[in-house]
Amino acid sequence: MMNDAAMPDHLMIAPILIPLVAGALMLFYSDRSRQTKLIIGLVAVGLTFLASVELMADVKSATEQGGTVVGLYRLGDWPVPIGIVLVLDRLSAMMVMLTALLAAPSLVYAAAGWHGKGQHYHSMFQFLLAGVNGSFLTGDLFNLFVFFEVMLAASYGLMLHGSGPERIKAGLHYLAVNLAASLFFLIGVALVYGTTGTLNMADIARALHWLDDAERLLFHAAATFLGLAFLIKAAAWPLCFWLPPTYGAASPPAAAIMAIMTKVGIYVILRLSLLVLGPDAGPSAGFGASVLMIGGVLTMAFGMIGILGTPELARKGGYLAIISSGTVLAAIGFAQAGGGSSMLGGALYYMVGSTAAISAFFLIAEPVSRNDEGDDDAPDEGDGFDPLSERWTPMGLGTVEDTTAPASQRTVSWLTMAICFGLVAAMIAGLPPMPGFVGKFAILRGAVQDNLPASGHLPVILWAYAAMLILSGLGALIALMRFGIRRFWAEEGPTPRILALEVVPVVMLLGMIGLQTVRSDALLGYTSATADALLEPRVYRNAVLAEAQDVRAAPVQSLTPEPVAEPEPTPENEPEEVAQ
Amino acid sequence: MELILALAIGILVGSGVWLLLRPRSYQVIIGLCLLAYGINLFIFAMGRLYVGAAPIMPKGGFVDPTAYADPVPQALVLTAIVISFATTALFLVLMIASRGATGTDHVDGKERHP
Repeated sequence: MMNDAAMPDHLMIAPILIPLVAGALMLFYSDRSRQTKLIIGLVAVGLTFLASVELMADVKSATEQGGTVVGLYRLGDWPVPIGIVLVLDRLSAMMVMLTALLAAPSLVYAAAGWHGKGQHYHSMFQFLLAGVNGSFLTGDLFNLFVFFEVMLAASYGLMLHGSGPERIKAGLHYLAVNLAASLFFLIGVALVYGTTGTLNMADIARALHWLDDAERLLFHAAATFLGLAFLIKAAAWPLCFWLPPTYGAASPPAAAIMAIMTKVGIYVILRLSLLVLGPDAGPSAGFGASVLMIGGVLTMAFGMIGILGTPELARKGGYLAIISSGTVLAAIGFAQAGGGSSMLGGALYYMVGSTAAISAFFLIAEPVSRNDEGDDDAPDEGDGFDPLSERWTPMGLGTVEDTTAPASQRTVSWLTMAICFGLVAAMIAGLPPMPGFVGKFAILRGAVQDNLPASGHLPVILWAYAAMLILSGLGALIALMRFGIRRFWAEEGPTPRILALEVVPVVMLLGMIGLQTVRSDALLGYTSATADALLEPRVYRNAVLAEAQDVRAAPVQSLTPEPVAEPEPTPENEPEEVAQ
Repeated sequence: MELILALAIGILVGSGVWLLLRPRSYQVIIGLCLLAYGINLFIFAMGRLYVGAAPIMPKGGFVDPTAYADPVPQALVLTAIVISFATTALFLVLMIASRGATGTDHVDGKERHP
């Protein structure tokens, strides 16, 4: 299906359209019928998941047949470098599937009462999914900006869902930081267009060969601005101070789905740094790799200190997201600097598991720390008085009555909660046999295997990375164990009432993590092949630009005898460049 | 023209950054607006400057592309304006909510010297 260029694969746009249509459809229902919206949302997420399974099967079968690994969808059927394309490869298929897998538990959790604490929760949730999936699938830089903004606009709403002074304060900071980051993004996009004359990611990589020194300098400035924007979203130190308060203040189901948003920043850095500034980029090869390496290691250190230092469980989750970001960012830096693909494969495997674990952690944080001191956000069913309702008044939005009635009253025991917390903590700390351990082990093995024989010794930064990989797990373990002992063993008195709807999503995510453990070989094989493909950007480029002539090639070659100093490594792979 | 445009972008971005770093939420929002204006002009400039050139080419036949302005940055600017307008409106709502919830317009929700 995908190898046939004449037949566009309409399935590829489904992960964007399904949530978008579902979210719009919900707006026709009154906000009182939240159950209906919940069902529409769950159906949409299920359909998106099915589409992502189908897309992943396509990607895998295309690889097995030795055909092109990359699927292409031309929006409006415009020719490639002119129009906007959606591009599907192993990495985007994996990320789309991960999004759908995280969305379902978060929606179920919202049914425990949180979706009733304000307006339009479910619509915003679906728009967020549309933005996230669009960011993963698009192959155009400005289209990426648009999907990013769709995602962010929805996330502002979700972050503020439930209102209250704490959320408004954190939301104000979150909004200001992200607006500034979006402006950086725009500067970068404008500079890229000004220097290369194209916004298609694959075409940018091709145009890079034709830049002269002055333009290349400007292009590096563009890459710096883009990197800055995405490092803010990915929460790399020192651009991550917004994350723990924001995620700590957001309602748990919103925070759980926002765990994928830091990964969108990481995805874009991974995509652009390896596609555009990868090993075959000539003089620009490896630009920014040292920043990613050092920044990643420092991010992990910051996250470790943070998780040990903060008493609030939800904020600990924010620091866990920072540690996870740092781990993957540093691995991207190493891969970009030529550190081998098996490290990157391990890091991608780790990213899947840790994102699910962080999502589960945000869901479990609120019920576990309920009735703790300083926590006034617990849904208090029973007495009928909602302390948040009067805080709506300044916004003039108290028109639809809020309801905290859960969809099901079934409760579970405190022991179940404790077991779930223990499992999530073990996953996050990277204890065997959890995927956190397998992922870190794969990273370390790749680091030693690929880099030791080359020079006989490991570089210092790799030692630092290996040390931080282990220390950050230890830090998380100490912090969570201390909390667990205090909360589950040392505390006396009545245990809080935990709804089954609040535990089922955590169990779903734990099941996913368990499946990842059992099927480690399959997933690790998939992520390793993904890493190999990412380090072979020529395949992606050729697949996207198969029918696109390089307009730069003709005039430049006729005007100057030798326009490019560096030779084309394998000219037979790029017939469109030598054709003219 | 280049000098005027460069000065305009510089002044807008400079004042925008200064205001963005101020403690009042209203100053922050105006700063973000000015930054967005400066950057929109910058995107425009990245399509190179043309005087009296239309961005849309006539249909059919050979047209000389050098006689027309680049339409892509104009489309980008249009999108960027819409998005920054919408997010600024959202920020304004949030600012008013913050003022109502905390009783102050300080970005941290409390005055440094109460």
